[in-house]
Order: sequence, then C-alpha cells, then structure tokens
Amino acid sequence: MPIVPVLILAAFLFSMGIYGLLARRNAVMVLLAVELMLNAVNINLVAFEAMWLDSMASGQIFSIFIITVAAAEVGIGLAIVLMIFRNSHSANLDDFATMKG
Amino acid sequence: MNSLLFALTAEAEHGSEITAGGPLQEWAWLILVAPFVASVAIIFRGKTMKHQGAEIAVAMMSFVFGYGLLLWIDTIRNKVVYEHSVAIGNLGDSWVLEWGWVVDGLSSMMYFVVGSVGLLVFIYAVSYMKGEIRYTFFFSSLSLFVGAMLVLVAAPNLAQLIVGWELVGLASYLLISHYWEKKENSSAGMKAFLVNKVADVGLLIGTFMLAVGVGSLRFSDILHGAQEHAEGLLVPIGNSNVAVVGALLLFFGAMGKSAQFPLHIWLPDAMAGPTPVSALMHAATMVTAGIYLMARMFPLYQTIAVDARSIMLWVGVLTLFLTGLIALVQTDLKKVLAYSTVSQLGYMMTAVAAGGYTAGVFHLFTHAFFKALLFLAAGSVIHGVHSNEMTDMGGLRKYMPRTYATFMIGSLALVGIFPLAGFWSKDEILGTLGHGGYTMFLWVAIAGAFVTAFYMTRAVALTFFGKYKGHGHPHESDNMMTVPLMVLAGFSIVAGLTNMPGFLIGDRVVGRYTGFSRWLGTRALAMGDHHPEALEWSLAIYGAIAGVLGIVLGWMIFGKDKETQETRDSFSIPGLYPVLTVKYYFDDVALGIVGFIKGPLANAVDWVNTWVIDRIVNTVGFGTKAFGKIVYDNFDQKGIDLAINATAVGSGAAGGMLRKLQTGKIQQYAGALVAGAVALVIGFSIFN
Repeated sequence: MPIVPVLILAAFLFSMGIYGLLARRNAVMVLLAVELMLNAVNINLVAFEAMWLDSMASGQIFSIFIITVAAAEVGIGLAIVLMIFRNSHSANLDDFATMKG
Repeated sequence: MNSLLFALTAEAEHGSEITAGGPLQEWAWLILVAPFVASVAIIFRGKTMKHQGAEIAVAMMSFVFGYGLLLWIDTIRNKVVYEHSVAIGNLGDSWVLEWGWVVDGLSSMMYFVVGSVGLLVFIYAVSYMKGEIRYTFFFSSLSLFVGAMLVLVAAPNLAQLIVGWELVGLASYLLISHYWEKKENSSAGMKAFLVNKVADVGLLIGTFMLAVGVGSLRFSDILHGAQEHAEGLLVPIGNSNVAVVGALLLFFGAMGKSAQFPLHIWLPDAMAGPTPVSALMHAATMVTAGIYLMARMFPLYQTIAVDARSIMLWVGVLTLFLTGLIALVQTDLKKVLAYSTVSQLGYMMTAVAAGGYTAGVFHLFTHAFFKALLFLAAGSVIHGVHSNEMTDMGGLRKYMPRTYATFMIGSLALVGIFPLAGFWSKDEILGTLGHGGYTMFLWVAIAGAFVTAFYMTRAVALTFFGKYKGHGHPHESDNMMTVPLMVLAGFSIVAGLTNMPGFLIGDRVVGRYTGFSRWLGTRALAMGDHHPEALEWSLAIYGAIAGVLGIVLGWMIFGKDKETQETRDSFSIPGLYPVLTVKYYFDDVALGIVGFIKGPLANAVDWVNTWVIDRIVNTVGFGTKAFGKIVYDNFDQKGIDLAINATAVGSGAAGGMLRKLQTGKIQQYAGALVAGAVALVIGFSIFN
C-alpha cells in the first residue's frame, strides 16, 4: 500500500487543525481543531505501522491510547467551556485574557 | 584528780566483730538524693499545692529521719561499717573522682541527728513561717541545706566532703539572707558566706596536701597512711611536715564552718535568718560540719599530726571562754543563744583536740537537741512578742507556759544539770581534759561552765520572769510549734543517757555503760580515744558546782527587781562589759581589713581601672568605631549597596519587558508553540 497519499491526508488534517486552533475564536471550535490534530497523528501512527508490518501492532495501541486521552480531554475541556459560558455568557476566547501579566 | 579516774579505753574493745552491712546500707544513697529531689520538686510543684510545697519537705524529712534511725540502729546492733564509692570521672591521669556514701558509727549517728532535728524543725517551720514571704522557696532551700549536710556526712572522700561543704555554705547563704529586702540581712548572709570562704581556702589546700601525700582522696587511704606514717606525709615543711600542716589547714577550714575564734564573727550575724534556720544551722546542719570533719579525720590527729593538737586546743579553749563572755552582754535573745553555740562548739573542738573523739562528738549529739530546742523556743517567744530584744520581753512564763517549760529544760540541759543531756557530755569533756593532763584548760572549761550558767540564767530571767514590758498581748504558739518543742525537750532529757557511764561508788562500778563510745567507734579504723566508762565524780562535781554557782549568782542579780527591771536590764561590770559589748573589737578588726580592701586598695584599683585600663579600652573602642564609619560610608554604602541596588533595578526592568509577552490570550501562546515547532523542524531539516 502506498503510504504517501495517506501522509498527505494526515498532513492536510493537521494543517486544518492548526488553522482552527489559531484562527477560531469560539472555544468549542478550538477544541474541535485539537481533535483534528490528534486524529491526524493517529492516521500517521496506523499508516507507519502498516508500512513496517509491526507484529506488536504498536501503532494501533498508541492510537487507542490517544483516542482515550482525547475523549477525556474533550470531556474536561467542554465542561470548563460550559462553566465559563454560564458565568459570562460568552465562549469567545479573547474575552478570557484575565491571566494577562 | 587523776588518781580518781576510773577509765577504760575504747581501744581495747575494737576489733574483728565489724560486719559489712546489707541491703539497708546499699540503699542508703536514697537519703542523699531525696532532699535534692524534694528541693527541685518544691520549686516546680510547690506553689500549686495546698501547703505550698511544705508537705513535700516534711515528707522527705520523715523519710530521712526514718531511714537514718534504721541505719543507726542497725549500725549499733550489728557493728556495721559500710562504704561504697562510684568512680564518676578522672582528674588528670592518676586521680579518680569518686562519689559514694559511708555508713558507720559516726556517719549514721549524724544521719539520725540531721534527720530527727531536721524533721522537728521542718514541722515547726510550717507553722512559724506561715504567711511569710518566699514560703515555698524557703522550704526548697531548707531541703537543700539538709541534703548538702547529708552529702557532707556521707562522703567517703575529701572531694565529696568539699562539695557538701560548699553546698552547705550556699544553702546557708540563701537562708540567712531570706529577708534580703533589708540590707543588714543580705549583708549577714554575705558575711557568713565570705568568712566561710576564707576558711575554705584552708580546707582546700589541706586537702591537696594530704591527698598528694598519700596519693588518694579517700579518708580510709589518708587515715591508713597517717597510721602507717606514709612517706608522702612526712615530707618536711619548715620545722614541720606535710601531715601537721595539712591537718592544721583542715582545722582552719573547720574553724570557719564551726565558728571557732576568731572566725566566729559570722555566726551571731547569721541570726538575721528566720529562727528555724538558726535552729537547724546551730544544731544539725552547718556548725557541726567542722566538728564532724575533725572527728572523721581523728586518727590523723591522734597519730602523725599530733603536733597540730596544741594549736587546736588553744583555739577551742579561747572560743569556749571568750565567746561565752560575749553572750553575757547581748540583749537579743537569739544572739545570746548564738554566742552560746559558739562557746559550746569551742567545748567540742577542745575535746577533740584533747584526744576525746567520743567526748567531742557526744557533745555535738546532745547539743544538737538542746540547742535546737532553745532556738525553736526562742522562735516561739519571738513569734508571740514580735521582737528579738529581751528588754521587750519579761514575765512570759504566764503567757507561754509550754514554751517556758521547754526553754527551761533546754537551758538546764545546756548548763549541765544532772541528769539532763548536757551534764553527761560536759562531764565527758572535762574527763577527757583531766585524763590528758590539760589541767589549765580543764579549769578554763569549768569556768566556761560557770559563764554558761550565768548567761542562761540571765536570758531566762529577762525573758520569762518579772513583768511584761513589750507591746500587745503575747500568746502561746500553736501545737504545730509547741509539739516539736516538747519532743526536743524529751530528747534533751534522755540524749545524755546514751552515754551513761556506771557510777563509781567506793571501788565498785554500779550500773552498766550504755555504749555511745562503742557505737561511735564502729569505724574502719580504731579511734583510740580515751573514754571513761564510769562517772568521774570529782570532775562532775566541779562542773556541777560551777553550773549551780552560775545559776545562783545569776538569779541573785537578775531574779530580783521584778517591777522596774531597770537594774537588771542595765547590769554591768565596769571594765569587762564595755569590752564584751564591742566583742573584743574582732568584728571591727575584720571590718578594718575589709575596710582597707574597700578603701585605699579599692581606690587604687579604681584609679588604675579608670586611667589605664579604661583609657586603653576606650582608645581601642573609639578607633574601631572611626574605622567602622569609614568602612561604612565608602565601602558599604558606595560599593556593596550600589551593586545590590543595580541588580535589583536590572531585574525589575527585565521583568517589565518580559511581562508584555504574557498576554493571557491562549491562542497567542498556541501560535508561539506552533512557530517554535516549525522553527525546530526547519532547523533540523537544514542542519541535518
């Protein structure tokens, strides 16, 4: 199986993620962008595992770990966003620059 | 007179039947430790207790008394000589410092005297001191006093004896100046301490000489060395040798503690302390220390240092006679008793110096009871009258019947009226002097008995007879005070019977000797003193006649004139009394010496101090200060401070710039992160 198209897909997804991370103002959208980046990494891991024919399937195992951690992260992230929204009726990240030095 | 002597010496019966003692003696250290534990416990716990700590002190004294009594009985019955030493450290390479306790005839008798007199005085003090200032501390010091004396008495070596000796001095200082708010009271404490310190120098040097002479600090080694004429003790010093000079120096130490002429000047002033302290000090715990030391070292004075005895004899005899005379003119009741004590201590010292180990210690034993009794009774009078002066008293016989009765018993015992305690002990002393052939000293001692009777009659007459002249209404003291008096009166009556000889009637001895000499002789070494086992009628009669004469003469002068009392209060013998009133100028001589030290010498030292030492110190001080200022202005302010300030300012500025990076906008941080990652990737791509 050729690996290059898969890596191109992963790079594309990762770039979309970075764009979303930096350009979006809505906190929910930023979280979604982080998910995109994680999944791009997952694709890479699985692709390289397939290429090396790794008998221990370490790429897949890593992916499963990342998916688990991502689920936990999104759970906590959305909960934080929800609390912020309840308190200030806004999900705009620029409104929360309270840690400014 | 010697032809009438019927004497058996104690030497013959000393020998192999001595036993080594058992658990009772092994645990005897408890009575040395208990007073110190009590003293500390009273300070820390006393204030919170119902009787402010007095109960701890009385409980401790009860224990000491009980244990001391057991030890004495055991020593008498089983002839126990027990000695135990624990090494607690080294002095240099060859000297071991030891701590221990001795239970033999001499020390167990002292345990009993300290315990019994101490217990009664403590009980008395609970009531006498009620409401007085520093009540708790008083009992703590009193416990320390007893503990110090017990350490001294129990000492198996000279080092421990010196420790106890100094602790006694410290405790007496605390107690004499108990009411230190008044200047003369604290001065009295100071005087006692300093006079004792002068004598202590003698004790210390004497100890060094003897200890170096035989190579050991232990009494047993020193006394063995003395008996076997150890070489180290025979090293000549001038016309004499180490043993004699060392023995005399020890005696000088004893002169201080036991108030021998002319170092007696502290004892009358020590009356500034509360009366229970005077009683304890004069009977059991302080002035007996010197006599005890002489008795403990007695074999030394019997053998190798026999030359020292003539000086001791002179000092003792001068003490007993001259200080007895001073008692005639004192108007303070306690001071009469104080000079009387000094005089009786002279008797003891005379007896020991004349070779009468039993006689001296026996007088110590009986004197402890009747002098404690007299002091406590005097305290009871003072408590009722609120004055020490006999001119404020008079006629107290009716107001204070118990005190009167017990004071009378004590006085008669002191005067030496048959069959009270003083009769037997004074007879023993006279017998010793007679046996030794000291005829002149014997007559002085008999004259001293007359003087004793005379001043005691005066004291009794002025205090208890005639008409009351003081203010307010005198009252009898409570049972807490009178019961100890009565117990002591009982002791004063029977104490002499412990040494009751048989009666020589014709050429037959009637009655059996009670054995005090044998009890006292229960020691590791034979004492070898003379001890008459039958009453020496001739000397006893001389002593008794002198006593009765003194009483009769005293009563003729002081017993009459009951109404105005002017003649009796102002009775004087021209030529003699003025000299006595100024105490032979001895206090003034001492004050003169002190005055010289305080006056010209102190001024000279002050001048050197101000103009030489202070100058040097000041110059150094000012120089250092100026140098410091230069360093401060130039180096500290302009150098170090500048560097530190620059660091601080620099840090502040850097922080001010850096804080702009912290915008609080999370996407800017993420952007920086991405930019960093991209830069790393590019960097690796180029340089790899």
